[in-house]
Amino acid sequence: MIGLGLTRGFLVTLRNFVRSPVTIQYPDRHVGLFGAAKEAGMNPFRFLVGRPGDSIKAIAGLATVPVKLEQSPRFRGNEFVFFEDRCTACASCAKYCPLGIIEIVSVPGKIDALEGESYKLEVFDIDIGRCMFCGLCVEACPYDALHMGTGFEQSTYVRDELILTLDVLNAAEKKPSSFYRPQFEENAFDPFAETIENHYDAGRHERPSDEDMKKRWVDERWTNDD
Amino acid sequence: MAIKTQPVTVNLGPQHPSTHGVFRLRVMFDGEEIVDVEPIFGYLHRGSEKLAEERTYTQIITLTDRMDYVSSMLNNQAYMLAVEKLAGIEPTPRGVWLRMIASELQRIASHLVATGFLLQDLGALGTPLIYAMRERENILDLFEMLCGARITTSYLRPGGVFMDAPKEFWPALDRELVDIVNTLDELEKYLSGNEIVFSRTKGTAVLPPEMLINASITGPMLRASGVDWDLRHRNPYDYYDRIQFKRILHTASDNYARYWVRIQEARESVVIIRQCVEQIEPGEVRPSFDEVPHLIRPPKGDAYVAIESSKGELGFYLVSDGGIAPYRMHVRAPSLINLTLLREMLIGGLFGDLFVSFGSIDLNMGEVDR
Repeated sequence: MIGLGLTRGFLVTLRNFVRSPVTIQYPDRHVGLFGAAKEAGMNPFRFLVGRPGDSIKAIAGLATVPVKLEQSPRFRGNEFVFFEDRCTACASCAKYCPLGIIEIVSVPGKIDALEGESYKLEVFDIDIGRCMFCGLCVEACPYDALHMGTGFEQSTYVRDELILTLDVLNAAEKKPSSFYRPQFEENAFDPFAETIENHYDAGRHERPSDEDMKKRWVDERWTNDD
Repeated sequence: MAIKTQPVTVNLGPQHPSTHGVFRLRVMFDGEEIVDVEPIFGYLHRGSEKLAEERTYTQIITLTDRMDYVSSMLNNQAYMLAVEKLAGIEPTPRGVWLRMIASELQRIASHLVATGFLLQDLGALGTPLIYAMRERENILDLFEMLCGARITTSYLRPGGVFMDAPKEFWPALDRELVDIVNTLDELEKYLSGNEIVFSRTKGTAVLPPEMLINASITGPMLRASGVDWDLRHRNPYDYYDRIQFKRILHTASDNYARYWVRIQEARESVVIIRQCVEQIEPGEVRPSFDEVPHLIRPPKGDAYVAIESSKGELGFYLVSDGGIAPYRMHVRAPSLINLTLLREMLIGGLFGDLFVSFGSIDLNMGEVDR
């Protein structure tokens, strides 16, 4: 019968018409009075009495709350997380970058109290204006010094600000992604809630105790030299 | 009394929403009938094959993502099989199962995009496209769990994949497979019996199977004409020989048959993924760095491997001179070769069928121009 297929099709659209939307408002979501009160941590009545200005705004539909997008912890984003203390300036990341956007200049002469001499980084620039976030540099890093970040909202108006220098990387928040870092997944590290402050916690091995370190790097070394 | 008409030449594109990218068609109309068609492409040429000559074998994966950007996992798989054949690398079993799951998910996503945009070209503005894209988003979320990116995946490495799937991937995959079947049911209920879709797609742009074979056209376009040619069955790569699946065939060879074949193939992909999940075995996902280092140097020689991509036979031809980068890389791009019958499809047809026929090829300009 002609029209039967059309009717069945319209039933599908009708069912989807009452479905809750899959799209979300970003970066801010409009909320009404109840939503605004919930955001402020008050019950709606108290919100209405206590903050009448905000309440009128919310009733008029002008109140907004920021939205957080659901992301996988393995998300390859900017900005990069870099632990300078873990880096030995081997330049593996610069070699494996398909675009050649990592610049490294190193000089010998860094003296670590426990680990002896190593190379010191002078320049470590990542030009994320040309980066495609493939993650090959992170995969190449043998000492887990470089990690992908989890954010994606660091847009700027100036191109030069897209070059991540050593100072920028050191000052950035350490929220590493678990891309190619199985140790974070084993420890159930959540980059959206926690940060890594100590560079020892970013490694793939457990942190040795201070006693072990002293024994390994100070006591044995001195005895061997004698 | 017949009205005298004069042929009119119209330029469609390159900036046209229905050309699936930057593609230009110079069409000559006589009244409403198409008299002549001249396709002009190359606007998206990025020189991927030349760029590959100065990159190492691992770095080229990032280039293959950007060839057919709606089925990047399949491009990764085809390229990796070629590298493994060239360098003689034995892949690890778990890595192979994981990349089969990823590539079948990608095939479903690609077919959903093809269906959605075909209906968009028919004039169903938005609604079926959103239904298809809604499901594709969930598949891309699974990719984000697997490899951290949604489109430019770069998931595969020589000998497997770079990282095992996280724990939360498997329950999410189970849920997603049910959702995919529901969405395909919904799309079929919505469209497969729809009289408007019937009248617009049935009997338009019919191509005889002999002509398709002569033009070396592959993929759903060929199977819609009744030719049983699927490389997963004919020349099994990876572990497709351990998997039972139906080959989807239709004999009409018109626009509706191409749409129908894609929807049914997406259903079969769900069956394949279920079998992969059953047969997957624990173990390493890639060979150790002693066997396959970051920087591989395949021996002198060449290798050609073709897989059944979502659009047809996708082949990678690599020539090695013993160095760290290939001497030459050539891609047999199914989109480009499926485009060759465009004139035969369109000439003699009506203006209204132009974009429907064009959309039923399911081509991707990133792959045509590379």
